[in-house]
Amino acid sequence: MKPKSKAYFKFIFIFVIILSTIVAKSMGNTYAALAQMHFKSFFVEMIIFLPLIFILIGLIDFWLPRSVVEPHIGKDSKIIGSFWIILLAMLQAGPLYGAFPVAAILWKKGASVRNIFIYLGAFSTLKIPMLTFETSFLGWKFSLLRTVITLPIFVLIALALEYFLKSSNFSVKEVKL
Amino acid sequence: MLYGIFPDLILIIMAASVVLSLIPEQIIVDYLGQGSGIGAIATASLIGSVALIPGFIAFPLAAMLKDAGVSLNVLAVFLTTLMMVGVVTFPVEMKFFGFKATLLRNSLSFVGAIIIGLLMGALL
Repeated sequence: MKPKSKAYFKFIFIFVIILSTIVAKSMGNTYAALAQMHFKSFFVEMIIFLPLIFILIGLIDFWLPRSVVEPHIGKDSKIIGSFWIILLAMLQAGPLYGAFPVAAILWKKGASVRNIFIYLGAFSTLKIPMLTFETSFLGWKFSLLRTVITLPIFVLIALALEYFLKSSNFSVKEVKL
Repeated sequence: MLYGIFPDLILIIMAASVVLSLIPEQIIVDYLGQGSGIGAIATASLIGSVALIPGFIAFPLAAMLKDAGVSLNVLAVFLTTLMMVGVVTFPVEMKFFGFKATLLRNSLSFVGAIIIGLLMGALL
């Protein structure tokens, strides 16, 4: 399929969902109101975090030249580089799809495959705003134990990915919004 | 790429909202509350992988599951797959990392999440 017809298909699909929700709502179906509420919260999350992420990307792109970043988190970087990457991820918030464009800019600045996936792992499991939320609902013991177990596992996953992707010429593309 | 990720994201959050509204939390509680065996862990990992549930719903839901008597390893598997594995966001992830890396990352994360869950259950 050509990309253009694929986009067309997506818009039809979006239209069908909107239409069916409107029909369900007019018939007094409770699920429609609920779906609308969920959509609103997802959408608000998206329009809050995406601009922030693009600001972060802009700042990284402008202030940090590749020659400065690459020795720290590039192919020949040491374990301290992975530490910085984890710290960067922990200080962020938002849904996982927000981490992909940041991974793309880190790749552009010379980050290694390992550190790209360490970043994704840390972003998905160790964001501090998420941890505080988790702690308030499940207790600090649960969060602490989960953090301690998760950390080595996503590092192992990143190492495995580095190994598996060595032969194929892996790259992170910059995708526009 | 001729167009960006915005239409995909809209489509994903639309689909996720419809699915979330069609499956009430009580059903998830009933499904996961059935025990702590391999079946419960498998169900938890599948729901966690496919669902796109934001944190402000997921953690209260997890607390609810905990109160309903769901074992901690099932809970940990559910939360970790929810965080690390994204089946519905696969098309977006693929645009950045390519098919192979996306498939590998999600599969390895799936296995990793199950290991995390089992360790959590054993240690807590």
